[in-house]
Amino acid sequence: MIKKKYASVASAVADIPDGATVMIGGFGASGSPIELIHALIDQGAKDLTVINNNTGNGEVGLAALIGNGQVKKMICSFPKSSQSRVFPKLYEKGLIELELVPQGTLAERIRAAGAGIPAFYTPTTVGTVLAEGKELRAFDGRDYVMEPWLKADYALVKSEVADPFGNLTYNKTARNFNPLMCMAATTTIVQTRNLVAAGDIDPETVVTPGIFVNRIVHVPKPVHEDILIANGRSYP
Amino acid sequence: MSSGWTRDEMAARAAQDIPDGSYVNLGIGIPELVARYVPEGREFIYHTENGMLGMGPPPAEEERDLDLMNAGKKYVTAVPGAAYFHHADSFSMIRGGHIDVCVLGTMQVAANGDIANWSTGAPGAIPAVGGAMDLVQGVKHIYVITQHTTRNGDPKLVERCSYPLTGPGVVSRIFTDLAVVDVTPDGFRLVELAPGISFEEVQARTGAPILPPL
Repeated sequence: MIKKKYASVASAVADIPDGATVMIGGFGASGSPIELIHALIDQGAKDLTVINNNTGNGEVGLAALIGNGQVKKMICSFPKSSQSRVFPKLYEKGLIELELVPQGTLAERIRAAGAGIPAFYTPTTVGTVLAEGKELRAFDGRDYVMEPWLKADYALVKSEVADPFGNLTYNKTARNFNPLMCMAATTTIVQTRNLVAAGDIDPETVVTPGIFVNRIVHVPKPVHEDILIANGRSYP
Repeated sequence: MSSGWTRDEMAARAAQDIPDGSYVNLGIGIPELVARYVPEGREFIYHTENGMLGMGPPPAEEERDLDLMNAGKKYVTAVPGAAYFHHADSFSMIRGGHIDVCVLGTMQVAANGDIANWSTGAPGAIPAVGGAMDLVQGVKHIYVITQHTTRNGDPKLVERCSYPLTGPGVVSRIFTDLAVVDVTPDGFRLVELAPGISFEEVQARTGAPILPPL
């Protein structure tokens, strides 16, 4: 029997060990699995490498995870959004590592990992400092940079609708990196606003097929990072 | 005090050079204003990196959807006929040459089409690149909208960029408060002057030679 449903966010993240590589879906506030991140803060795993487009905002969600000293390295494309304060402070003190990856390369490295492709060539960064030390190869007379796949032990993902098989749909631009991360992690943990019966999602509209999902937690009223920040909240 | 174009006039002038039916990606800042000045009879379809084609204007506060943002993390709307997709598809559109025009702001742009708009390279600064390097390599036409000089009066149109490059040889046209300038194999070439601006004035405030209009 397929048993992917977990009773709580706490039980779903309980086994994430120190030193794990964790992908966290979302682009800024949209699609960010705040409840799963806060459960990871409660759980306390340390020395994490976290992959996300950004570094969180305010003192909730990803920023709170970083602020709690659980992250040794961030892999992201844009670490300094307007409300990003926690990461910059630690980075300036040399207390956290940063691997800067252009946004499209970040997405494709994650996709490649999920697709079993160990590396690919991209025009992005050719002729810039971000290509230094990387393999270049010409195709049809133009140079491309080799980029490796990016895997993770765990992915924390937010969906709009899930069924017991792990088939997922998302809401608008909250989709972003979430479907890619589902494919690239050994264990994908999803928090979903709606949990429906098998067959309630039209198979034609499934965005993430359930094979890419391992654990599902029903979080019917997820908090939103922007609202938490507007209300001056911090976590824990 | 010379006249020249305002930010809105620069955006309106750039919009004139975008063909009807184009798929367009607009950078943050002055480029965003281009969407307000779509010429009569034309339709542009806006792409945003975080996974949407058919981006519409900002919503009224009470109508905003917390899951509907643009790449600048601002709340937006979807026009009828919009589509959502994940990040790998979004950057396939960019890298794969499917987006027609990208309008970007910049710190520097060089006479050979090099653009530097992501980092000053200052020690200790936190580098942040986002999707800029993907855009400049993949989109068919890269337009730049920028003030002609910095606040200190230093040229932003230069012989060679001193800041770290976003991409080499990628910019085709530049819209400033003083002029429209093309990047050609022979360097900068003036296309059009803003009202009240002379060729000599543009040349004096540019860090590389400008050829007269063809």
